[in-house]
Amino acid sequence: METIVFSLLNGTIYGLLLFMLSSGLTLIFSMMGVLNFAHASFYMLGAYFAYTIMGVTNFWLALFLAPILAGVIGMGVEKWGLRKVHANGHVAELLFTFGLAYLIDEIVKIIWGRVSVNYQVPDSLNFTLFTIYGSDYPAYRIFILFVAIFMLVSLWYLLKKTRVGLIIQAALSHPHMVGHLGHNVPLVFMGVFGAGCALAGLAGVIGGNYFITDPAMAVQMGPIVFVVVVVGGLGSLEGAFIAAMLIGLLQTSAVSVNASFADIFGFLGLSATSEVGSITISSLAPMLPFLLLVLILIVKPTGLMGDREV
Amino acid sequence: MTDMTMQSTALGPTSAEKFRQRVLPFVLFGLVLAIIPFFGPSRTTMTLLNHIGINIVFALAYNMLLGRAGLLSFGHAVYLGLAGYFCVHILNWIDAADGGFWGNLPVFSLPIWGFAMGALAGAVIGWPSCRRAGTAFAMISLGVAELMAAAAFMFDSLFGGEMGISGDRMSGPEFLGMSLGPLDEVYWFVAFWTFVGVVAMFMFTRTPLGKLSEATRDNPERVQFIGYDPTRVRYLVFIFSAAFAGMAGGMAAVQDEIFTPESMSLIPSGAILIAAYVGGIRYFSGPIMGAILMTWMSSNLSDYTVGWLLYLGLMFITVVMFVPDGIAGLVFGFWNGIRSPNRSHLMAKWAQQAVGVALMIVSIIVIVEVAFRWSEGYGEVFEPWGMELPHDGVITWLLAIVPLALGVALLRRVARKSEEV
Repeated sequence: METIVFSLLNGTIYGLLLFMLSSGLTLIFSMMGVLNFAHASFYMLGAYFAYTIMGVTNFWLALFLAPILAGVIGMGVEKWGLRKVHANGHVAELLFTFGLAYLIDEIVKIIWGRVSVNYQVPDSLNFTLFTIYGSDYPAYRIFILFVAIFMLVSLWYLLKKTRVGLIIQAALSHPHMVGHLGHNVPLVFMGVFGAGCALAGLAGVIGGNYFITDPAMAVQMGPIVFVVVVVGGLGSLEGAFIAAMLIGLLQTSAVSVNASFADIFGFLGLSATSEVGSITISSLAPMLPFLLLVLILIVKPTGLMGDREV
Repeated sequence: MTDMTMQSTALGPTSAEKFRQRVLPFVLFGLVLAIIPFFGPSRTTMTLLNHIGINIVFALAYNMLLGRAGLLSFGHAVYLGLAGYFCVHILNWIDAADGGFWGNLPVFSLPIWGFAMGALAGAVIGWPSCRRAGTAFAMISLGVAELMAAAAFMFDSLFGGEMGISGDRMSGPEFLGMSLGPLDEVYWFVAFWTFVGVVAMFMFTRTPLGKLSEATRDNPERVQFIGYDPTRVRYLVFIFSAAFAGMAGGMAAVQDEIFTPESMSLIPSGAILIAAYVGGIRYFSGPIMGAILMTWMSSNLSDYTVGWLLYLGLMFITVVMFVPDGIAGLVFGFWNGIRSPNRSHLMAKWAQQAVGVALMIVSIIVIVEVAFRWSEGYGEVFEPWGMELPHDGVITWLLAIVPLALGVALLRRVARKSEEV
């Protein structure tokens, strides 16, 4: 029971963080057809910006400013980089963002060093909120939960209830038609790219001190974000949400399972000392998202909720 | 109808042209490979040359997918890695065997085994992944690479955990009097198999399957109309590409005598992608040039500067944005340009562009080197040719800004002018 409750809570938080990262990528991917390889780099930038801003002022200003900074950089990348490469096709765009991820990694190493920085949870949030089953539950995790839910609701409101959201939704499926109706599609693209990067930056601000802020965080998070987007389905934020929660819960609960293959398949005669038998479920956790990705792409290429093939 | 046929035969290359385009480059390539040892290269150069040979085969195999078939893979090192591991295991079997099949197998034949293992791995993994092209294929290759790299750390008896597994290339019977112990014998081994690989992969582009893979890249629907199955074409090309990557793995097993799970991770896959693209994926010789440059950069540039990955990233982005045909495109463009009638005009344009690029490079190097020294905080000062460039010096800032601005202005001027013409 204890394990289940903790896995559920932590899994939900991880899933919401994943969704915050992948919602922007889903929007960018569906609208522009670009799978932004550097998306997780903006997550990293968000965390580092927050660390620097927090050093000068306080966490709350960082929470506000760091995502904006990441978003502005994202807009610049779209305007002066992606738009030029667009003429050479999707592969060139994908490769451009691939190179950009390399570049941001190295620049982060120049500015903030090669080892992790001491980006900490602010004192005002660093206390125990409640105690369950004798373990303290930190308030910061619940704070993440609230920020993520707040973001989720505002995103939903923006997309479904406002005029801007209407144009974005139309541009998701029919960009040419939206252009013919007189809207400035390149501007919409730039705005969405910037907003997506800002969301990734926000995830970095609140995730950077929950995990570790180091130059490897983009490389660790990047592939998992792709998995969420592809598994969720193209053009579907709902799908991305389901996929993010699924992967979040799956990975978190797999880590907390102590059983090994021998315990499960013991009835087939698999011994605990053999190599296959000694593999534990928790050691499989990092592989699970990719297994899911390969299976989904083979079985249902449109993803869980998508209406188009990748 | 007869007119058409006659015309098309007349348009075909003459036998002299065929020789010049299809045979001569390979004769020259073989001669270069054969001459190199007579310059008496040092041990480090020899190792570098061996790695270049391995990467040439790997990059060409990769380009069978990316350039020829239009399939972007983020996990091609998986096939090199699997085949390489298999070959290191064979090395150990040869070492342990007392006569019998393994006891009589010369180590020289390892790339053939790598080829077979790569083909097998490609046939198994390619079956699900080749049903899709485009981004889906790229994503599956990424997923497979992550899966394989993670699995490699789990099965210690096959992959040796973090330490990897190692073998001894001197075991087994000698072949052509070579024990493969000394580095120059390894050079002949690598040179031979590089030559075989390059020629075989060029011949592959001339086969119907090679031609069909290009057709599938450009227009899969039409390929279907004329009665071929694009999925099947992709699958077959994928198997061949994985097989040649496996051949490179067999060569690497003999050269390095060790394989670690990192060799299957995303990092070497990304490196070969960059090598092939920077070299120029639209030319057969592009990946060869890219592999030579990248291998040289990664082994030499890292001695000069800690920021070499940054330079690599900058170079890659520049190629993607401004030179989509890569180095090969530049080389062949230059070669065609100096033979064209308006060569003086072109030369003037290129000279201006070259000056602009050189100016920008000066600034970028100053910025990167000064920034790295500043960030490490040891107070070290960047001193090119005895000139001191501290991070807060006026000259440093001038050098960082003025050439960059001049270079950008010059390049923009050239671009504007050529648009007007």
